[in-house]
Amino acid sequence: MSAEPGQQAILELDRLSLSFGGLRALSELDLRVADREIVSVIGPNGAGKTTVFNVITGVYQPSAGDVRFAGASIAGQAPHVIARLGIARTFQSLRLFMNMSVLENVMAATYGDTKALAWESILRLPRARREEREVRALAEDVLSFFGERLAGYRWDQPAYSLSYANRRRLEIARALATRPRLLLLDEPAAGMNPAETHEITELIGRLREERGVAILVIEHDMHVVAGVSDRVIALDHGVKITEGSFDQVANHPAVVEAYLGRDPEALAEGA
Amino acid sequence: MSVDPDSQQPQDIIEIPPGSRGPRLGADEWVARREGRREYLPSWLGRAERESERIGWWPRLAIAGVAAALLPGLGLGGFQLQVGIDAMVIALLAVGLNIVVGWAGLLDLGYVAFFGAGAYGYALLSSNQLGTSGIHLPAYFSVPIVMIAVALLGLGVGLPSRRLIGDYLAIITLFFGEAFVEFTNNVAPSKLGGPNGITGIDPIRGFTWQITSNYGYYYLLVIILVVTMAVLRLVEKSRTGRAWRAVREDPLAAASMTIPVNRVKLAAFAAGAVVAALAGTIFAAQQASVFPTDFDTPILILIYAGLILGGAGSIAGACLGALVVMVIYDGLLRSPAEAGYLFYGLILLTLLAKLRPWRRLAVVLAATVALGLAAHAIAKAISASAVAGGPQSGGWIASALRDWVIVPANAQAAGNWGFVILICLLITLVQVSSRWRTILLPPTLCLASFVWETRLVVEPSITRQLMIGAILIVMMNARPQGLLGQRRVETVT
Repeated sequence: MSAEPGQQAILELDRLSLSFGGLRALSELDLRVADREIVSVIGPNGAGKTTVFNVITGVYQPSAGDVRFAGASIAGQAPHVIARLGIARTFQSLRLFMNMSVLENVMAATYGDTKALAWESILRLPRARREEREVRALAEDVLSFFGERLAGYRWDQPAYSLSYANRRRLEIARALATRPRLLLLDEPAAGMNPAETHEITELIGRLREERGVAILVIEHDMHVVAGVSDRVIALDHGVKITEGSFDQVANHPAVVEAYLGRDPEALAEGA
Repeated sequence: MSVDPDSQQPQDIIEIPPGSRGPRLGADEWVARREGRREYLPSWLGRAERESERIGWWPRLAIAGVAAALLPGLGLGGFQLQVGIDAMVIALLAVGLNIVVGWAGLLDLGYVAFFGAGAYGYALLSSNQLGTSGIHLPAYFSVPIVMIAVALLGLGVGLPSRRLIGDYLAIITLFFGEAFVEFTNNVAPSKLGGPNGITGIDPIRGFTWQITSNYGYYYLLVIILVVTMAVLRLVEKSRTGRAWRAVREDPLAAASMTIPVNRVKLAAFAAGAVVAALAGTIFAAQQASVFPTDFDTPILILIYAGLILGGAGSIAGACLGALVVMVIYDGLLRSPAEAGYLFYGLILLTLLAKLRPWRRLAVVLAATVALGLAAHAIAKAISASAVAGGPQSGGWIASALRDWVIVPANAQAAGNWGFVILICLLITLVQVSSRWRTILLPPTLCLASFVWETRLVVEPSITRQLMIGAILIVMMNARPQGLLGQRRVETVT
């Protein structure tokens, strides 16, 4: 991997906890993502990975602890404010604006960056027209990031007409349109075939190199995790089990146990 | 640090030759092309739609506006003019409701209250009702004031309801709508007039002119409708319009994409309220009186029927749907002759659009005519009283039908039975295969005109409800997205 990550922390979770009633979804979680760093979060289903994303993006309020983005606390802010600060995300179960065109999906994500009020658009005042031009150029730019996949003739088609893999790509394009500094990808390779998975792996690397974003990615596909990560964090039951390089984490006994359960022989020996 | 990804990846990555055309493995061109193709109305209606799409939205709107403005020149009488005015008021309301329901996806069942608030606001400011307080404003002051005030009212209703979604929002706003009727009925009768409403309202006037005839209101409404639709079209494709639709599609994703969901919802509420208020002021000025019952649930149902029929989400659809609904609803109320044109016209139009190929259409029509003539001749031969009553429709329809449709002397009882049988036939018709449908169509058509001439045409207030219901049912089956609406997929979350 080229484009070495910087030293400056862009995202810091500080002893972050979240409870739903009696259920502790996250317990005292510490997590740090440096500028232009790619960090993977792994863990079995229900480990709290998506919950971490939801706390970072303001969907849930943390019960305790703090979330700092670029040095400032963002815990308790509304999702659209956090998005404007520079954190964009994709969703595990796709949440595109299905009945809007591909281009509009991306353009809608520039709302926070633009200012023209409705009456300015009606009267086609200079600011509205300039912003519309810029937004359109930005949308075409982020869509062209995916080359042939989201090429010109698809721009005016409704998002629901896209294939599954292209919907995932469009979600990333939409997230890019908010001009993020940190991108949260929730299982970007889920449901993709091996060729597409390989493409996603390359794409994540390119996102950092060409767009200069830091990336926090949840992924089950270990090819992707191995291929992209500077660091890997393993989570289970809302607790960080371990953290380190892919090899360290993948071979860590606690991680193996979390995924596969305890080795019966080891259990027998322990007993 | 990390494992080389290539060592673990399958090597048979599909190469995409640059510039290649046609379906490819791993790509989705075929699906995209097929699904992405727009859905058009069937047959010649679809061709007309495609043709009209080629010329762009504003020439289309201008042509529609000019056509509407030329319509009175064809010799519309006072009654038709009033129908046109009523239809355009409802169309304006439907276009405004489209902002809230069609774009922002908020099921607002209290919308008619904003219409009422606009009408009552204008009625209070531009009549002698508040004369004791010395308030009697000319229209060019009161209309903008009322629009701003109702926009604030829209925000006021939206504020507590902005976190409510779906069913909850629908019920709360329905309460608001009903509360408005109760309010105008019971509060401050000396000012609001209670059930007797407010009368003696000023006409719309500018600085040097005022509208004195229905022709004036007709043209005013054409202009307002065209301008409103143009404005909304510009909003739809703007940043604000995209945000509204994004919130409709997925509020969580919208918020994650920098859109302040609650504020955007409030803006939709207020924008819808402004359009409703504008419609209300024109309505009050044209009627010169307002009553609480003018703003009750039946009007709300008409607006929604228009919006759904035309296609929620489409400006032109909302307008067209409301015009169709209101022309049927209002046009059927008064004269049997006009109602007859509507009834037979709609049947013919449906047959023209749905029956394919032309040969089949010709066979069905010929069989219907032959069957009617034969049945009439036989009935006449058996008993003269079986055909003693003439068709109830007026005009040239009556003379055309005299020897075709059987109208017995005791039309009422026979008509009731005919109605029941017609319903059974219609239900059968939608269940059977297309061959049987062709065979069953001629008797059904004959029976339909029998029921129409004996029963429906003399009971317009019931018939119009039936007809709008029937049209909506047919629409739901044939084109659930509405006349000009786009088919939508529901996102399962």
